[in-house]
Amino acid sequence: MSSILEIIGPSMIGPSSSHTLGAMRISRFAYNLVGSIPQKVIFYLHGSFQDTYIGHGTWLALIAGLCGIKTDEPRVSKANEIAKNLGMEYEFEPIDLGNVHPNTVKIVTYKDNAHHEIIGSSIGAGRIVITSIDSVGCELNGEYPTLLIENEDIPGALSSIIRTISINGTNIARLNLNRASKYLKLASAVIELDNEVPNSTIKSLKMLDVVKSVMYVKPI
Amino acid sequence: MNVNSFSELVEISEKTGVPLDKVVLHWEMLDTGNAPEKIVEEASKLLAIMEEEYESKKGKTFKTLVGLTGTNSKKMLEYLPNTIIGENAFTAATIAITMAESNAAMGKIVACPTAGASGVMPGVLLTLEKLGVERQKLVSGLIVAGAIGKIISKRASLSGAESGCQAEIGSATAMAAGAATHATGGTPTQVANAAALSLKSLMGLVCDPVGGFVEVPCVKRNASGAVIALLFSDIAKAGVESVVPFDEVVDAMGKVGRSMPESLRETGKGGIADTPTAKKIVQDFSNKFKL
Repeated sequence: MSSILEIIGPSMIGPSSSHTLGAMRISRFAYNLVGSIPQKVIFYLHGSFQDTYIGHGTWLALIAGLCGIKTDEPRVSKANEIAKNLGMEYEFEPIDLGNVHPNTVKIVTYKDNAHHEIIGSSIGAGRIVITSIDSVGCELNGEYPTLLIENEDIPGALSSIIRTISINGTNIARLNLNRASKYLKLASAVIELDNEVPNSTIKSLKMLDVVKSVMYVKPI
Repeated sequence: MNVNSFSELVEISEKTGVPLDKVVLHWEMLDTGNAPEKIVEEASKLLAIMEEEYESKKGKTFKTLVGLTGTNSKKMLEYLPNTIIGENAFTAATIAITMAESNAAMGKIVACPTAGASGVMPGVLLTLEKLGVERQKLVSGLIVAGAIGKIISKRASLSGAESGCQAEIGSATAMAAGAATHATGGTPTQVANAAALSLKSLMGLVCDPVGGFVEVPCVKRNASGAVIALLFSDIAKAGVESVVPFDEVVDAMGKVGRSMPESLRETGKGGIADTPTAKKIVQDFSNKFKL
């Protein structure tokens, strides 16, 4: 149940919780996924985001999130200049993502040789849903530390992953499994946790034979 | 503790003699696990942000995102000595407009309960502060406002896209009226009456922002919200009662919201947004920034 603090707050940068705060939270999720400021980012705007991205300051909020700016810092309004100084290139493109929430953005980041794609929707009152990370479907609100694991789709894979996470006392809040390819025996696990995991856990996960890759995203 | 009506909180407070804000803090603790001291501390921080932001923005002009507002705060502050409605009401309206213009210019605000309605609560609380109401009382008023808003969010909605402006400015006004009544020594029943009377007076208000942007008519509605909140706080403390209790008024507001056509729910398609002047503004603006 929501706290009264969510009713009488939060403090934020205006003008709109869904078009400014929510947009920025999606972008901050992308920042946490990349782990630092990317060299280049393309924002693909869908629906209402596309129609009103200037008038609601959505574009500045999106840039600010990927510059690592916090959601109530007044310098959000100067995010375009800040990005320039930090050397982050950005572009905005229209997109039709089909039957998704009107306030949806696809964020594509480039850093060195790595690139990431995140799709997220701002669903009202600053709340968000991340629906896709690097083409893996998910449903994340960005409030939990999250592990994204690509693993072999074989018996026992999941239990060894869970054992490795739990061994340090980390509790799993939600778990979502996807089969990426039955033929290649590949699956992905999106695991939301109650507390942040130490680096050692991420290292141990990477050392498991069944694990192909591990990404860790801090809460927004 | 499953509380679904404001009357339950009022009843507990009046039966036990425990102040309404303390009852709310107990409810919050049982509901969310948040310690009362933590809530008081956080509410106090939110009030501090309202104070600091108003002090730093007072009398300024703003360059807003769409440029449809931004000079009204300054004009009103200069006009204050000539006020007819009275210094307190006009000050509340001025503070509310200042914060709402700052919001439209990407300033820092407290979404109490939403960004579009973020001028109402500071308009009321900072006016009371100027009148000498202790800060700690304002914080307890803010906590009571949180309960009013939470009940509205449970029974109806706080979102313009779902229920129109009555759910945003209307709810902010009910919350601010309750906060003012509690902070100035009103009884829990008077708090509920102030909230009910103010929400009733804004019942049916549609959400019709020009172009969908939080500028016209949003900014000026914050001024009316702040003044209506103070008005019904006074009326309730005079002993005037709402014939229909607050919880039922909230249900009615939710029903009205559900029966509103989509054009009047933050789509920028109906009401003020659907006027020749508004349409021209939007046309010019979107031609400039088409993706």
